[in-house]
Amino acid sequence: MSDSAFLGMPAFPAAARAATGDAQLRHNLRKATHTIRDKRASVVGELDDWPVLRAAGAAIKDRTLRHLDTYLVRLEESVRAAGGTVHWAADAAEANRIVTGLVQATGETEVVKVKSMATQEIELNEALAEAGITAFETDLAELIVQLGDDHPSHILVPAIHRNRAEIREIFLRTMRDWGVPAPDDLTDDPRALAEAARVHLREKFLRAKVGVSGANFAVADTGTMVVLESEGNGRMCLTLPETLISVVGIEKIVPTWSDLEVFLQLLPRSSTGERMNPYTSTWTGVTPGDGPQDFHLVLLDNGRTDVLADTVGRQALRCIRCSACLNICPVYERAGGHAYGSVYPGPIGAILTPQLRGTSSELDASLPYASSLCGACYEVCPVAIDIPEVLVHLREQVVDGPGHRAEKAAMAAAGWVLDDEKRLGAAQRAASGARGLVPHTLPGPGSAWTDTRDVPEIPAESFRQWWRRRNKGRDKGGAE
Amino acid sequence: MSGSRETVLAKVRAALADVDPAERAEDVAVPRGYARSHDMGDPVAVFVDRLVDYKALVRQVAAAELPGEVAAALERRGAERIVAPADLPAAWTADVGTGTALVPDDGLGVRELDTADGVLTGCAAAVAETGTIVCDGGAAQGRRAITLVPDYHLCVVRAEQIVGGVPEAVARLDPARPLTWISGPSATSDIELDRVEGVHGPRTLEVIIVGA
Repeated sequence: MSDSAFLGMPAFPAAARAATGDAQLRHNLRKATHTIRDKRASVVGELDDWPVLRAAGAAIKDRTLRHLDTYLVRLEESVRAAGGTVHWAADAAEANRIVTGLVQATGETEVVKVKSMATQEIELNEALAEAGITAFETDLAELIVQLGDDHPSHILVPAIHRNRAEIREIFLRTMRDWGVPAPDDLTDDPRALAEAARVHLREKFLRAKVGVSGANFAVADTGTMVVLESEGNGRMCLTLPETLISVVGIEKIVPTWSDLEVFLQLLPRSSTGERMNPYTSTWTGVTPGDGPQDFHLVLLDNGRTDVLADTVGRQALRCIRCSACLNICPVYERAGGHAYGSVYPGPIGAILTPQLRGTSSELDASLPYASSLCGACYEVCPVAIDIPEVLVHLREQVVDGPGHRAEKAAMAAAGWVLDDEKRLGAAQRAASGARGLVPHTLPGPGSAWTDTRDVPEIPAESFRQWWRRRNKGRDKGGAE
Repeated sequence: MSGSRETVLAKVRAALADVDPAERAEDVAVPRGYARSHDMGDPVAVFVDRLVDYKALVRQVAAAELPGEVAAALERRGAERIVAPADLPAAWTADVGTGTALVPDDGLGVRELDTADGVLTGCAAAVAETGTIVCDGGAAQGRRAITLVPDYHLCVVRAEQIVGGVPEAVARLDPARPLTWISGPSATSDIELDRVEGVHGPRTLEVIIVGA
């Protein structure tokens, strides 16, 4: 997994500290995540068989993963039989070479893109740009990120960190450089902003000859690709061009067509909190007279087989990228997506990124700690990924590996204080005595801990002090 | 050219060293005790409720009333040029007035689709619980582009095409056909996760349910 877009990013603790100090960002995130939480809870609560659907979703993915070689070969055969071409990419560089070559073969210098995590992950747009090919992002949030020369911060809504006023400003400032400008009297009404995006992208859709997409699911038995979306930009990219190139992670497979009956219920309700997303497109190879007549599937490994090899971490490959775990996560809500330094933020990113990229960098080694292990992510996960279990598993790996001396030292110091009653009492009295002078960071070994966490409000007296005082009073008054 | 096919497959097989070679895919049990459809009441009523929730326009008519309702809808819309698949039943448009020209799709270019005022089609199936219409390019539906580029989609759904739940719809549909599942007008939640109807796909979806 390439990390050049996020190159030079600080480890999660430092990035999170900066983000939690950004009041606008925290406001935007809180508003958005709470809105979507409520919607999700409402539509999930509507289905009394949700636990069975969830178990089925997890089991279908486990079945696929445990026999992935079989299903990959089956998918390849099905897609070929339906008139598509299948390519295999071991890593990001190979996938980018394949896609670039396919675009160049068409003679085109522009492509329209459907939002796709896989192409974000491999930084396809940057690779295409180096070859003189312009990739136009067409999902509204991706457009906001692209125009703002920004990084995505959420799986479903990459521009979740931007509010309407900021989006208006980005549109007014940058749309003219990419094509049709935003109207001068653009307001920050979401309807007006959506209209501006419609007008801006319309011309690009109508002239596009090459579309690039990912896929939410790829059905092995039938060779069918599935893309769920809302705006219709996906349909435009999947339908109007002459050539369609889909970059799909090898874990996106489901065995049979009927397995979709589970995921088409789990995904929209978990993701946008809707009973169904506005548009879902499925296509199998090419259809004469309807849509692209040249279809290429690029199967992407890029670290996925490393995740597959870890029998505990493997479950992360069940992920259907709904982002419910981000929306429910207290750490994500406060730190935002950029702090995770990867296109996969939030709890799922904290287990996926270190497995895809390894934990050799300070950033990636810090990700398994970007959680309070509260377990809310596991509860909302539609495919029952036990994220806390994987986090703890990855922490063990990081602790056993090199680095992380500061965090280890902090934990050791905490152990030293908590282990001894007298030392704990002394530490608590020292803390409460200095309540008005609470620093944002603790000195010495404590600093590694508080670099990433606010020091909690220190009570006037500790529980232990209160207990002693209360019992003394009782002794004197002779109550009871 | 298949790139790193053998490399990737070899890595997958190496990663699965813990899986017993005798295990078959079917040995991984999948619980199928979920509902084919949920007991939410009369499917047509539920379908209508969901469509209204998506801010689609909905009307229910008896079969004999369909031509009149199609004509009325197009007149309300003020549509002058309406694209129609080549095999649209003539009866559906029998009452359409002279103010509206029907443009049969004989391979219209995207620019022609873009300047049309709307499109009139049928569908392959509909899902009550999710308020979803599915088009598969079959009878009275045409190719995918015609229900996408125009800004107004008038869709005729026969009551017997409406199933209760998603599993029932998946079972009815043929994956070899290109499918479009449509749940309301195009929308986005990308600005502060607030749903706004109307982006690139048709911003107005009007549904006529026949024979309820």
